[in-house]
Amino acid sequence: MSVDLPTLPTPILQSKDFASDQEVRWCPRCGDYSILAQMKKVLPTLGIPKEKFCFVSGIGCSSRFPYYVNTYGLHGIHGRAPAIATGVKLANPELQVWVITGDGDALSIGGNHFLHAIRRNIDMKVILFNNQIYGLTKGQYSPTSPVGQKSKSTPYGSIDHPLTPLSVAIGAEATFVARSVDVDIKHLTMVLERAAHHKGTAFVEVYQDCNVFNPGAFSYATEKETRSDSIVYLEHGKPLIFGKNREKGIRVAEGNRVEIVQLGGDIKEDDLLFHDERTPEPSLAFLLSRMRQPEFPEPMGIFRAVERSTYDESVTKQVEAARAKHGEGDVEKLLNSGDTWFVN
Amino acid sequence: MSTATLDAPASTNGKKLENLETVVIRFCGDSGDGMQSVGTQMTNASAIFGNDVRTFPDFPAEIRAPAGSLFGVSGYQLCFSNHDIFTPGDAVDTLVAMNPAALKTNIEDLKRGGTLIVNEEEFNKSGLQKALYEANPLDNETLMAKFRVHKVPMTRLNRAAVEGLGLSLKGADMCRNFFALGLVYWLYDRDAKPTEEFIRSKFAKKPDVVEANLRSLRAGMNYGFSTESFTVHYHVPPARLPTGKYRKITGNEAVAMGLATMAKLSGKTVVFSGYPITPASDILHDLSMFKHFGVKTFQAEDEIAAMSSCVGAAFAGELAVTASSGPGICLKGEAMGLGMMTELPMVIIDVQRGGPSTGLPTKTEQSDLLLAMYGRNGESPLPIVAASGPGDCFSMIQEAFRIATEFMCPVIFLSDGYIANGAEPWRIPNVEDLPRLKIEHLAAPNGENGEYLAYKRNEKLARPWVKPGTKGLEHRIGGLEKKDVTGNIDYSPKNHQHMTNTRAQKVANIANFIPEQTVDGPATGKVLVISWGGTYGAVRTAVLQSQAAGKSVAHTHLKYMNPFPRNLEAILKSYEKVLVPELNCGQLRLLLRNQFLVDAKGYNKVEGKPFLVNELVNVINEFHG
Ligand SMILES: Cc1ncc(C[n+]2csc(CCOP(=O)(O)OP(=O)(O)O)c2C)c(N)n1
Ligand code: SF4
Ligand SMILES: [Mg+2]
Repeated sequence: MSVDLPTLPTPILQSKDFASDQEVRWCPRCGDYSILAQMKKVLPTLGIPKEKFCFVSGIGCSSRFPYYVNTYGLHGIHGRAPAIATGVKLANPELQVWVITGDGDALSIGGNHFLHAIRRNIDMKVILFNNQIYGLTKGQYSPTSPVGQKSKSTPYGSIDHPLTPLSVAIGAEATFVARSVDVDIKHLTMVLERAAHHKGTAFVEVYQDCNVFNPGAFSYATEKETRSDSIVYLEHGKPLIFGKNREKGIRVAEGNRVEIVQLGGDIKEDDLLFHDERTPEPSLAFLLSRMRQPEFPEPMGIFRAVERSTYDESVTKQVEAARAKHGEGDVEKLLNSGDTWFVN
Repeated sequence: MSTATLDAPASTNGKKLENLETVVIRFCGDSGDGMQSVGTQMTNASAIFGNDVRTFPDFPAEIRAPAGSLFGVSGYQLCFSNHDIFTPGDAVDTLVAMNPAALKTNIEDLKRGGTLIVNEEEFNKSGLQKALYEANPLDNETLMAKFRVHKVPMTRLNRAAVEGLGLSLKGADMCRNFFALGLVYWLYDRDAKPTEEFIRSKFAKKPDVVEANLRSLRAGMNYGFSTESFTVHYHVPPARLPTGKYRKITGNEAVAMGLATMAKLSGKTVVFSGYPITPASDILHDLSMFKHFGVKTFQAEDEIAAMSSCVGAAFAGELAVTASSGPGICLKGEAMGLGMMTELPMVIIDVQRGGPSTGLPTKTEQSDLLLAMYGRNGESPLPIVAASGPGDCFSMIQEAFRIATEFMCPVIFLSDGYIANGAEPWRIPNVEDLPRLKIEHLAAPNGENGEYLAYKRNEKLARPWVKPGTKGLEHRIGGLEKKDVTGNIDYSPKNHQHMTNTRAQKVANIANFIPEQTVDGPATGKVLVISWGGTYGAVRTAVLQSQAAGKSVAHTHLKYMNPFPRNLEAILKSYEKVLVPELNCGQLRLLLRNQFLVDAKGYNKVEGKPFLVNELVNVINEFHG
């Protein structure tokens, strides 16, 4: 099969075209650098001119991100980036809108907006930099910090039960849900690319190392020795297999739960759970999102990618439908509507 | 207020028809009794007839309070006149009370000698109990002697009128309000045609309901015509208003129509984001029907989101607007600050209601002026405009956008519950005469080296407005302090001082681009009365009366609250004394004293009700000495 490639009117862009003139001010070895680098790799591949991107963020270390990308950008207020981005997209549906947020920004102060953007399926990509800590305010625990985490505000350990961002997003019926890790360059690039191509709210959680206030929080997922046992890559249509020698698998057990099984012997690959990112029903994706360390390897990749009409598209359609029904708005008619009378 | 004049037209059925100049009527009953509906009908009929009209709908905060209870009473007052009027009137000439609770909560406002029409059948044991009456007030001779009382067995008469249509008793009783309206139509010689047309179109899908309501209306009219209880009826000739074509308009309607008009005439999209709240919700409702004018409406998850999305929409280059009331405006504060800091144009509508906290959701108040002035962190002055009445909302909302786009900043538009729900005749403007927003988005870099300078200002200190999507002007802004000209982040001491001063100066300069303040009355003298917002009508009428009584009083009404008009100080200093009546505890007075060191005195009230003209006349005359 041959495909006609569209000829792009814009010159081919490169990663450096997306670098802004601002000095990047994250701490040395902060995970944010890698995410920025992968983003700058992905953007030029999308065939979209630079001026058609808009990055919107809240407040936090992560939310400084828009300053470092040479596109349109709006650094907002704490937690409100999805709401701000909704306004951008409503006013100008042609822009590709990216929301950059942190675990505190998205899930604590901004939890409400996060949920509603997702349920409306506004066409925006939401990248949550999860470092399980408040970085910018210098190290308080966050809604994703595990119980027991010691931080500036929890010297005796956190007692809050944490949220799993993916479960929240899937609970709100997100149409695209994915997870990656800052240092897994190839995987992160793939996930960002997939998110960029999704129509609707694409939610990506990136495990991000805050090397100052919560270093190594995700070392199980990044270190060579532990990685293969503690994460499992999701691939559409493929069974969930992990372990140093790909000797372990995930199987659906009775009672709508999953279990780890050893491959070989009685258990074949065919017995395992085969990933299907396109099932309309979000239960499978939810089940996967519940797989947490240390009991389970944590899935990486695209949990869910389904189609549903987007909010901004529906808004435009309603406007068009209203125009088709009533004709182009007529001010004269509007002002003269209702009961009128003359005074002579 | 009703003054009989000679020259009455011929009478009918042996009944006299007397001419009156002005009449105040109040319909009151249970919230389920349809009082707002008949009040609106009477308003329409009077406006179409050519009277000047003002209305004051007053409804309970509870949607369905227990039937017959005192707090479930809903009222609709209207004043119609053969000359121009500015308020819905103080004392009531005719009170229609559909049940004991309505009588109890409204009788105080009925004039001595006024007409009282009651549905006497509701004054039964249970009705009286629910209204906490120990004895039937209709039997209280001293009370009743004060009024011309008509005890009408409305329920029975109305049921008889609709008999044979197969309605349930409940269904029949639903039409009682039109019986009452019919009776009032006869009493005030109103043409029922507009109402008949309304009934036909409103219930078009239910012919039996149309027929029932029409019969009820006619039965009410016939009752007045034929019973002996009514010997006189009244006629209020048309008013001599400026010539032209008129319609009736409420403040919220005018805001929505103003925005739709602006979208169309400026060729820009209006993006409206709001979260429902009384008394602002109707703006969202109305605008959501105007999509074909280029209006997009967004019901956000809360006011924070509504305001934040406005900042986003403004950044994206369209006309962003949000509407709320006090509690919601509080939530918007932080995002308003972002709009201020990013210097983007948008309008925030505050339809004020009684506060603090949830306060008096359905009652009016002017107590958010200081919130609008100072309700944000940091030094964050914003321009504020305030509409003076329902019709004025149409032009002032567009004026708010003119300021926002010319000066690149959020503008606060103040309305209130009284303006929002009150109706008045509105002379329909010529479309050609309406203002057009002149908006130019920067299209090419404005820096000498081909770079874009986001905070390079023009002579009005406004920065450029860029539409994302424009090639070569990619830029990043946010709430952090910025360097002048480039817009890059800059926390240095001198720069922050400079930027703070510049933002304030920009707002102050607006005074040079708004009309000078005018005065009604002598240019110098003893007393100046200053009003703002929804109290215009009451204050204006009161000052006219004081002037007629020979007092040296002038009136000035503010629509630009920040900055004040440039000649206001000179006006203030041209009178010996300054009086500021407000429906708050002295907020404008505080601003005037602060800015002009003038010893202004206040007359302040927060009872959830507009001023009465009489009370103001007394206050002014006393103040005058
Ligand atoms: C209204 C408001 N409350 C509090 C803050 C302070 N604040 C700034 S960032 C932040 C937390 C950031 O944590 P997160 O979202 O996880 O981002 P990170 O810095 O970790 O990337 C807080 C509490 C603020 N800027 N605004
Ligand atoms: S505090 Fe943590 S998250 Fe913030 S820049 Fe430094 S390393 Fe990164
Ligand atoms: Mg964080």
